[in-house]
Amino acid sequence: MNRFCHLVYGCCLILSSCAPSERKADFVFLNGAEPESLDPPVITGQLEGRLVAALFEGLTSHDPHARVAPGMAERWEISPDGRLYIFHLRADARWGNGDPVTAHDFVGSWQRALHPETASEYAYQLFYITNAEAYNAGKIADFSQVGVRAIDDRTLQVEINNPTPYFLDLCGFPTLMPVHLKTVLQYGDHWIKPGKIVSNGAYLLEEWRINHRIRLRANPHYWDRANVGLEVVDVLPTERDSVAYNLYHSGGADLILDKGLIPSMLLDFVRERPDFHASASLGTYFYRFNVTRKPFDHPMVRKAFAMAIDKQRIVDKITKAGEPVTGHLVPPGMEGYIPPQGLGYDPDAARRLLAEVGFSGGKGFKRISLLYADRSSAKATATEIQAMLKKELGIEVDLMQQEWKVYLNSMRRLDYDFCASAWIGDYNDPNTFLDMFVTNGGNNRTGWSNPKYDELIRLAAGELDAPKRMQILHNAEVVLCNQELPIIPLYHYVGVQFYDPRRIDGVYANVLDDHPLKYIRKIKK
Amino acid sequence: MVHFLIRRTILGVIALFVVISLTFVMMRIMPGSPFTKERNLPPAIEKNLLARYKMDGTLWEQYSAYILDVARLHLRPSLRYRNRSVNEILAQTLPVSIALGSAAFLISLGAGITLGSIAAVRHRTWADHSSMVLAVLSISIPNFVIAPLAILCFALTWPIFPVAGWGTLSHLVLPAVSLALPYATYIARLTRNSMLDVVHQDFMRTARAKGLDEAHVIIKHALKVALLPVVSFSGPLAAHMLTGSLVIEEIFKVPGVGAFFVNGVLNRDHHMVGGAVIVYSTLLIAFNMVVDVIYTFLDRRIKLA
Repeated sequence: MNRFCHLVYGCCLILSSCAPSERKADFVFLNGAEPESLDPPVITGQLEGRLVAALFEGLTSHDPHARVAPGMAERWEISPDGRLYIFHLRADARWGNGDPVTAHDFVGSWQRALHPETASEYAYQLFYITNAEAYNAGKIADFSQVGVRAIDDRTLQVEINNPTPYFLDLCGFPTLMPVHLKTVLQYGDHWIKPGKIVSNGAYLLEEWRINHRIRLRANPHYWDRANVGLEVVDVLPTERDSVAYNLYHSGGADLILDKGLIPSMLLDFVRERPDFHASASLGTYFYRFNVTRKPFDHPMVRKAFAMAIDKQRIVDKITKAGEPVTGHLVPPGMEGYIPPQGLGYDPDAARRLLAEVGFSGGKGFKRISLLYADRSSAKATATEIQAMLKKELGIEVDLMQQEWKVYLNSMRRLDYDFCASAWIGDYNDPNTFLDMFVTNGGNNRTGWSNPKYDELIRLAAGELDAPKRMQILHNAEVVLCNQELPIIPLYHYVGVQFYDPRRIDGVYANVLDDHPLKYIRKIKK
Repeated sequence: MVHFLIRRTILGVIALFVVISLTFVMMRIMPGSPFTKERNLPPAIEKNLLARYKMDGTLWEQYSAYILDVARLHLRPSLRYRNRSVNEILAQTLPVSIALGSAAFLISLGAGITLGSIAAVRHRTWADHSSMVLAVLSISIPNFVIAPLAILCFALTWPIFPVAGWGTLSHLVLPAVSLALPYATYIARLTRNSMLDVVHQDFMRTARAKGLDEAHVIIKHALKVALLPVVSFSGPLAAHMLTGSLVIEEIFKVPGVGAFFVNGVLNRDHHMVGGAVIVYSTLLIAFNMVVDVIYTFLDRRIKLA
């Protein structure tokens, strides 16, 4: 028997060793699903954003603490009225093939991003620029009317509609990154494939096998090449937490960058390990009311709901990664912004409020349905909230689970009573959360409309003085989260970075959950 | 024979056409569009997207344009993986699934037929009982349990094989065996039952009476006929295995086509689903035809008309 075991073992070793050996990467990270695209103006997701930020670089970029840093532009000037930007490109800004990156590249790339034929879903990130929206909608055909102009090869002038304090942040966003137009013209949709793509970031794309592997190699022409830490990086796509954890555990990966890739069953145990790093990120999990349906048209009812939910229990029992509970929508950590407190957990006050509007003990309150999608912890959270509403307010809730796209469709058509939602900010400013709830806003999806709120958001958009602007936005959030509550904020997301701090350096917790590859290093022993 | 093949091919093409049309209609009826995302799209941008993917115009226009494209084997760009055509995705991922599927198919046929025959020949002995207990066990444990167990034993505790991935022969072993196991045991039971029927038939007595040795009788005479139900099962099985198993491919991170078949529907990637349906139906139709032809070789009493 023993001999038989050895024989089997021997055969297995032969099998495992007869593989062709290929160069191992210096660093492997697990990034979530297969990227939908790597074309800067086409992508929409965070995981694509990480890769695109390694391959391309905009006028500005982010340092590892998610602060704006110079990118292709080494410096810039802003006019006193905040509407005119002059960017000065660095002399050694080059594409991966050695071509210089010029201001004309930016004009052409932004024209491509806005062109209706590109059909960029995120084109609206450029709508701050004068006439950009009209060009995208096909209302004007002449791009020279759009507020971007190359003064010479190294000087770019951008004119925007309103002073926008986060415009520099946006200039580092994927949609605004430059593309190599000659390559795009030559290969069309396929320009982004290995062997064809020309990029200007810290890394070049060497290999891209669907659902298998993306291999990046440091770009020799990159202006800051001396400070790029890793030479060859593999990015493995997987959506399965057990695969990610097994790979990491068996030494097949150095870094996991997605909370969804840590097995939720193991979170209690994993959280205690030194590999586990979590930090507040720019995302909020909240519930929406459909205020066009009775009795949710009444703010008192909505407030009662908000105060009857024990949010701490949800993060302790379900999400488990140390998510901070919240009474406000805008996550903490936005520079210069102090969010209002919002309403706390107070079931007695909730019962009193409900009694005041005639539903004492839940009597006369119709059965409501709670909509959520079949994703991650949404069901467990909905079940908890169902129980809490029954216990504290005597309200009967039916759970309604829908498949993701059906759920989005129901929410969009206001075909729900009460539903689970989330929002991830696009840029480091409260506006990315607050402008969601203006009257008839595309992402409002509650039917809520408040003239005072609309006016405050409008005022903030025109305010040049930063502290004053933040105060106006704060006042708007008071209306949203203390007075009106078309939504119940539950908790803020945390970004999870899983790595061994004795081996890896240069990953820092930050609100954007942005960890530029360029700054990551392996610690030499 | 030729007549049969021509007739079946024509029927196959008609079946394929019906399946593609039904898929087209069903995908359009489903709520939510490929461009329904968490963020609402400004109407102008949504219009641009629909135009780019030829999803504007009346349903009839869209349908006829799609069928024309498919007829030219142009399966269109994926609506989710926006820089890739469905042809390209299939070209990259289908060979992986076919490699994994063929390995699993061969394992399940080889192991299944061997185990089944032994069980039938050694009817009511310990060999029969133990192989059937094994069969019942592995048929009742689903592969999403077998696969993680295999990883735990042979990749983590006893690290012979990699935990996940693709590219070398050693990457193939665990997923192929996990994928094959339930089917191997199903085939074993199929072989055993059919073999038990056959060994008591008249022609078997004749063969033995002629003085042939037992091994010859079983392999040459009994097995050939006993394999008929296995052959008819293996047609659809081959189609199923070659087009990838989502579960096994996901657990072992095999970059096959399985994920695209399933997620295509969830993503409302109409073109991807269309391509997947075409591949799967074509394989199914082709393998059924092959099965019918193999029948005639195994049992001369069967004639194709």
